[in-house]
Amino acid sequence: MNQFEPKIITFLCNWCSYGAADLAGVSRFQYPPNMRVVRIPCSGRVSAKMILHAIRNGADGVWISGCHPGDCHYIEGNYYARRKFYLLKELLEYSGLEPGRLQFSWISSAEGVKFAEVAHEVIEKIRDLGPASRFIKRLPEVA
Amino acid sequence: MELNDTLRDIAKKLLEEGRVDAVLGFRQSSLAHMTEPFLATTAEQADQLVFNSCCRMNLAVYLTPDLFRSGRPESGKKSPRVAVTAKGCDSRNIVTQIQENRYKRDQVHIIGLPCTGMADKAKLLAAAPEGIDTITEKNGTLILSRDGKETVVSKTEVLQSNCLSCIIRNPVIRDEMAGDPVPELDMDSHPDRFADVAEIEALSPADKAGFFETLVSDCTRCYACRNACPLCYCPVCFVDESRPQWVGKTIAPTDVMAFHLLRAFHDAGRCTDCGACEAACPMDIPMRAFTRKTIKDAREGFGWETGMDLNLRPPLDRFDLKDPGDFIR
Repeated sequence: MNQFEPKIITFLCNWCSYGAADLAGVSRFQYPPNMRVVRIPCSGRVSAKMILHAIRNGADGVWISGCHPGDCHYIEGNYYARRKFYLLKELLEYSGLEPGRLQFSWISSAEGVKFAEVAHEVIEKIRDLGPASRFIKRLPEVA
Repeated sequence: MELNDTLRDIAKKLLEEGRVDAVLGFRQSSLAHMTEPFLATTAEQADQLVFNSCCRMNLAVYLTPDLFRSGRPESGKKSPRVAVTAKGCDSRNIVTQIQENRYKRDQVHIIGLPCTGMADKAKLLAAAPEGIDTITEKNGTLILSRDGKETVVSKTEVLQSNCLSCIIRNPVIRDEMAGDPVPELDMDSHPDRFADVAEIEALSPADKAGFFETLVSDCTRCYACRNACPLCYCPVCFVDESRPQWVGKTIAPTDVMAFHLLRAFHDAGRCTDCGACEAACPMDIPMRAFTRKTIKDAREGFGWETGMDLNLRPPLDRFDLKDPGDFIR
């Protein structure tokens, strides 16, 4: 039982993926308990600072999930988010973050099954990558 | 007529006719290889304006609301009009600022400067290690003199690296030009335009992390790059926010990295690669390695080139149904 258990900060949109997580729960779909969920009003609310903050504080992975394109509760928030995430993911992976630590998905509130499946995939991918080692803020070691 | 004379004549004329209240430009500083920003408000002061290969700063950084503030409606005074001398990259930053509603197009009078690139100060000092008293420019060469001794260098040898991949040398918007437009480099479609970025992209994640750790290891967090940048005008910068504190204040590698990453991300889709950040850096950190990546991504992902058209909204203020989305499950 010495398997590495990653800690994954998960941002879920209130209107879809958060509902999907709820549906997965009431439907008794199993998925590993490695996520720490942060409920957000829209994937467009997630800023680069939040993602970097999670990584700096030692999260092994960050997963952001919102509504499918066209289904945003605020009409177009996830379209803006998509541009932002594209630039951020490229920039972070360009500067040394392992591909896979930062994950994105679109999951509607009717997709409890997809939620459980993606949760499995995300967690296993990050488990394979091992503990995060980069961009983590550690307190200085004082003799 | 010399470029500097034309520039001064234009500035004098504008000030004498009262068409502008001030002219923002460069003047020679106490060091031969440096210039300083200068706001001329009288025709006599306009005589100090210069434009040469050492005008590395981006003057758009000084077009702040404070500069335009004295003419608020309640004061009954007209909002001041400012003329600004602009290189190609400066003009693209002015376009960006107008797109972002910093000021209106008719508040600035743009005196276009045909630019053949700026001389890197480190390269100049390396060419003349004993120091430089005066710099004379002639037909693509720079003559660096010190105590009567002259060193002649070709301008292309000492250019800043961003000027070698410049896509716009003449201002995209201008009210007049202080000289004939220079031929463009046509780097826009050049296959090697982003060769430097591609080289880093090809590394493994561990090598990338190592590369950037070395790259920023000298950073003292003085924020000269931020202050020199015409994009960095937030009322409170993320580095100064304390609740929550997004970025640590120390020079520990992770804090430095977090600063440079977020700075580059805030400049995504807005950076014109003017090189003012690198020119301002006292530690000569090539931090354009970060922003160049965002320029490349905005171009490849959204077909976006910063500051080319006043009528377009910034790339993160709009979207397209066909935006790249393969990375999302």
